[in-house]
Amino acid sequence: MSGTFVGMPAFPEAASAATQNAQLRHNLRKATHTIRGKRAAVVSELDDWAELRAAGKAIKDRTLRHLDVYLEQLEEAVTAAGGHVHWAADAAEANAIVTRLVRATGETEVVKVKSMATQEIELNEALAEAGITAYETDLAELIVQLGEDRPSHILVPAIHRNRAEIREIFNRTMAEWGVPAPANLSDEPRALAEAARVHLRDKFLNAKVAVSGANFAVAETGTLVVLESEGNGRMCLTLPETLISVVGIEKLVPTWQDLEVFMQLLPRSSTGERMNPYTSTWTGSTPGDGPGDFHLVLLDNGRTDVLADEVGRQSLRCIRCSACLNICPVYERAGGHAYGSVYPGPIGAILTPQLRGTSSELDASLPYASSLCGACYEVCPVAIDIPEVLVHLRGKVVEGKGTTVERVAMGAAGWVLGDEKRLGLAQRAAGKARGLVPKRHLPGPGAAWTDTRDIPDIPEESFRDWWAGRGRGQQR
Amino acid sequence: MRIALFITCVNDTLFPGTGKAVVRLLERLGHEVVFPAAQTCCGQMHYNTGYRRDAQRLAVRFVETFADYDVILAPSGSCAAMVRDNYPRIGAPGSRLDTAATAVAPRVLDLSELLVDVLGVTDVGAYFPHRVTYHPTCHGLRMLGLGDRPTRLLRAVRGLELVELEGAEECCGFGGTFAMKNEAVSAAMGSDKARHVTATGAEVLCAVDNSCLMHVGGTLDRQRAGVRVMHLAEILASTEKEPAL
Repeated sequence: MSGTFVGMPAFPEAASAATQNAQLRHNLRKATHTIRGKRAAVVSELDDWAELRAAGKAIKDRTLRHLDVYLEQLEEAVTAAGGHVHWAADAAEANAIVTRLVRATGETEVVKVKSMATQEIELNEALAEAGITAYETDLAELIVQLGEDRPSHILVPAIHRNRAEIREIFNRTMAEWGVPAPANLSDEPRALAEAARVHLRDKFLNAKVAVSGANFAVAETGTLVVLESEGNGRMCLTLPETLISVVGIEKLVPTWQDLEVFMQLLPRSSTGERMNPYTSTWTGSTPGDGPGDFHLVLLDNGRTDVLADEVGRQSLRCIRCSACLNICPVYERAGGHAYGSVYPGPIGAILTPQLRGTSSELDASLPYASSLCGACYEVCPVAIDIPEVLVHLRGKVVEGKGTTVERVAMGAAGWVLGDEKRLGLAQRAAGKARGLVPKRHLPGPGAAWTDTRDIPDIPEESFRDWWAGRGRGQQR
Repeated sequence: MRIALFITCVNDTLFPGTGKAVVRLLERLGHEVVFPAAQTCCGQMHYNTGYRRDAQRLAVRFVETFADYDVILAPSGSCAAMVRDNYPRIGAPGSRLDTAATAVAPRVLDLSELLVDVLGVTDVGAYFPHRVTYHPTCHGLRMLGLGDRPTRLLRAVRGLELVELEGAEECCGFGGTFAMKNEAVSAAMGSDKARHVTATGAEVLCAVDNSCLMHVGGTLDRQRAGVRVMHLAEILASTEKEPAL
């Protein structure tokens, strides 16, 4: 498995393979059900959760409506505080900017705080091409990087791994990357965490350059905010001399008062905690305190296209909490890799096709990777109506495909259902042929049903014919 | 009360027994059921699969057929939710369809809403001496917000023993065309649902949506699990004189 998602099969094929992987199914069921339960418990503690959720939605919507104003306000504030702001229209521009900035320091190694934006633009791969090694310092990201694996979850990128697998990865690979795993490493969580701690401590103490993302950017003061659990973020954000933060343009909140709402919504929705262990905030650069050189790279990479779509733009409210992944019955069984993107699960199924378009078979299959059960919408802390956006994107996929077998079948079904007489004729024909329909082996595309499920008995008489007969006094 | 029955295309074609049970139940309670003959389909399958224009054509027919009725019963949670939740956004804003669909949407009710909220009854005089578990289907649960209405109705049925279903609020994996397009994940979800159903020891799995029951029931049948699936209407229509089983 390589570090990127290029050349992935469409969702149904990848998901089908995942459903057969017993270890993966077990790992995911255990992990998602645990975190789901924790979230439900801490959310139910708050009497005003519905109001908080409505406030989060309203703040993000207002920010997105005036995004141009707030972005310029942010740029001005960051610059005034001694930071440098760079604008990147796409992944290539962002990668080029970061590469240039790292090269200017003369360093060939950087430490990284977990960041979805840098994964989205595949920054690590771009840096590697320029001879720069990026070290992931989040425990789960470290597991993914050492295992030459791909992240499968927004918050818990190695959710598909269990501790025995992690022990094996550490034993096999840590020595190549730096401080080796201790002899006789057990698969106890404490021992695994300690091995990662020792391995990473060496990276933190030697790093001159760090790369981060941000959970929020406060426009009024130009302050960036990172929430994390392990303290690796605090290390990366304070120890190096140069800090480069790559941040999507939708991460803005106008004021600190607005931030307060999200500080309540995010930890409870993501890790199921009342409060996250570490919250770091920084504004430009401060002489003698933390990185002396600070660069903010503001990333578009398709976001303004999303903003232009009246239905789809609500996706930009996302605060990357992962509550939708953890509750999703499809994600639980398909796993994160099947979504072929750093954004898996329900939010990925609406975000990826909007950011990348639907020209590839994989991206066109993502809006259909949902039973539309609505559990994601229910738990979303910023009330993104994910089913609504999925259906909207399905419409775009259908429009883009022209004439297909499905289009013809849907047209035929629409024609039959478009008139009660045609429907009645079809029902009577089905009633006559009922004896000929195999309950367990439908031919053609019907096999997709009968491979795993029986079909119901087809009745002799439809309801409407029964009703008509009843009207003629033939009560049955 | 005069109640217009929107039977839904799936019930009409595959599950006429549910429609007959609805008629028997409501007439027993002293109400008049009418069946506007021009009705066909709400357009849910087309809408949810991305065929919006086909869905709009079916919506036009629906709103024309049901324009003059104040109380419209759709004995299918997902079809009722299609009209209630999606019709207000199915037409172009300000169009004739938009106006008509937005007007008809709130008049469409699921059976449990009709009985509990409009007719004000939870004990419908039913008799069904069997062990039953209830699956709250997703659109009934989350789009219509049926809450405990269906289980209140079931608890009032004489002889019925209602047992709790583990993981009840999780989707069964049907999802319309999802069941075909993502067959493997759908089947995996269905098998977990079926496992939870058989673990209850119930003879009957009840729900307010025959599409979901077709999926779980088809899975149970394939496993020869020996559990029957029944729409809520069929249990509520059951009496000592005319037992459903």
